[in-house]
Amino acid sequence: MDNFELICPAGTPAALRAAVDAGADAVYLGFRDETNARNFPGLNFTRQDVADAVDYAHARRVEVYVAINTYPQAGNLGPWQKAVDDAARLKVDAVIMADPGLLAYAAKRHPDLRLHLSVQASAANVEAIRLYRDAFGVRRVVLPRVLTVPDIARLNAEIDIETEVFVFGGLCPMAEGRCSLSSYATGLSPNKQGVCSPANHVRYEQRGGALASTLGGFTINVFGEGEQAGYPTLCKGRFVAGAGSGEGPAYLFEEPTSLNAMDLLPELKAAGVRALKIEGRQRGKAYIAAVVRAYREALESFAAGRPVPHIDLQAMVEGGTQTTGAYTRAWR
Amino acid sequence: MTASLTLGPVLFNWPVDRWRDFYARIADEAPVDTVIVGEVVCFKRAPFFAEAMGEVIERLSAAGKTVWLASPILVGSERERSAMRDLVNADAGLVEANDMGALALLAGRPHAVGPTINVYNEATLGWMAERGAVAVSLPAELPAATVGVLARAGRELGVETEVQVWGRAPLAISARCYHARAHGLHKDGCQFVCGNDPDGMPVTTMDGQPFLTVNGTQTMSHGCLCLAAEMPELVAMGVSRFRLSPQAMDMVRVAEAFRAVLDGRRDGAEVAAELGGSIAAPLVNGFYHDTAGALRVA
Repeated sequence: MDNFELICPAGTPAALRAAVDAGADAVYLGFRDETNARNFPGLNFTRQDVADAVDYAHARRVEVYVAINTYPQAGNLGPWQKAVDDAARLKVDAVIMADPGLLAYAAKRHPDLRLHLSVQASAANVEAIRLYRDAFGVRRVVLPRVLTVPDIARLNAEIDIETEVFVFGGLCPMAEGRCSLSSYATGLSPNKQGVCSPANHVRYEQRGGALASTLGGFTINVFGEGEQAGYPTLCKGRFVAGAGSGEGPAYLFEEPTSLNAMDLLPELKAAGVRALKIEGRQRGKAYIAAVVRAYREALESFAAGRPVPHIDLQAMVEGGTQTTGAYTRAWR
Repeated sequence: MTASLTLGPVLFNWPVDRWRDFYARIADEAPVDTVIVGEVVCFKRAPFFAEAMGEVIERLSAAGKTVWLASPILVGSERERSAMRDLVNADAGLVEANDMGALALLAGRPHAVGPTINVYNEATLGWMAERGAVAVSLPAELPAATVGVLARAGRELGVETEVQVWGRAPLAISARCYHARAHGLHKDGCQFVCGNDPDGMPVTTMDGQPFLTVNGTQTMSHGCLCLAAEMPELVAMGVSRFRLSPQAMDMVRVAEAFRAVLDGRRDGAEVAAELGGSIAAPLVNGFYHDTAGALRVA
């Protein structure tokens, strides 16, 4: 039985080396602009960085994927098309994309370039996935975080391309690539600019012993004294639902929590999943090294027929809590 | 192409009698050209409307409306998938695809593309035109410059472009039901609590500022998108379809007001001012003006 492939994030060359050294099978990264969905200041790779990353990774038999997974801007397709051309020229192993127009461009211009469908395309059913395969020759789909493990198993029984699923890190409770919440509050969106709840629209405000965090002028959370304050990602905030219902504020969409599906490795294998993905291109190299190492250890154990070890990743999770997210039905 | 008015599908969980009466009145009184019907938010609600669907379609058609059927926004489970396939195969009229799966099944026959499918640029619009799209309703978050490029490309391709000009903007869809969650329930045992909120459940910040609207698995804006004042500019760009998204209010009056703007009988800004008083939400147009969607730009 083939082991899962472990797909790991890198926002910097140092993080890439950390991921490779810790046991990644492939590292995914983005160019330093709006063509990728983690377009944060100080993050991502120049063309030369990517060339160096490919050299480093390939020398160690690790693959490099480039995410070009925002939606190209109308009337300005150039930067996205150039990103695809450069990824092909730099001999990366795959590009991860979401936009049909850009996929068509890549398929036509670079027939040998391996195409993966980004989670940002939110292809959640057999018909949608077959469309991307038939139209563009997509070889692998990264599944949106809306499916249960039984959903994934049924899907894999009917499609003949590989599936990759997120197993660790940040968790969108909304279908990816179909969310304009950040855009509504700030004008900047994952689909257009590659940012969600951007830092330049965040303010913190001390209110006596409490700390309020706002995004685009909307209060996302208020932390009481002694409560650990977190970053105001819109869908992880506390809100009041219902007019005058008397209910207090609650994490209406999702708690500040991290996905950790390590315990589900046997189920995901039985469901026919090919690759496991770790989220977190915005994370530092120490975090990347620790998470990748833990998952590599778990995968080796699992491949050898031993039980999946219980590795403590508590220090690595947002808000100190973990979830298996949409993989289990009760999450819904 | 002559500019026309579209009434989008009812997104909220209204009792079936209210739903049927709503469409009867639309058929008799609303000056809209196309009416899109179907439960797009939650497959669990669909059976309630199924019994009235045939009657509603017939009534609207008899009144001279063009009726399109809308496919579900999120299709993951087997039940959702078979509902999507049944809709596409029913051959009951033109289908508006709201998911790439439906788009796949509609290849080669005329169809419409709904606003929850990501059409952000002319390359994607062209690809959809080749596959049989005759009309594309653009995502709410697109700014004017993008709308202009797409409208122009659409005219060259023979694809009509549509922009939502009234109603809360759809912002997100999830496998999780936030209505159920807010009531301490799961989606599987939701007790259809979304039915208590005919205009969606208000979501306010901890400081009491109205912010969003929850409609089951869908999250919408609190502000009501209104582009009445921008309509002359949209027409000049080549946008030919204008979508009104139903709210729990007098939609006939809304349709009459937008028709008057489209016909050049009334000023868009004046209509916006008048309609603003008839919904308990601020009017917003920030997305179009390339800023936060929650804002209103004068």
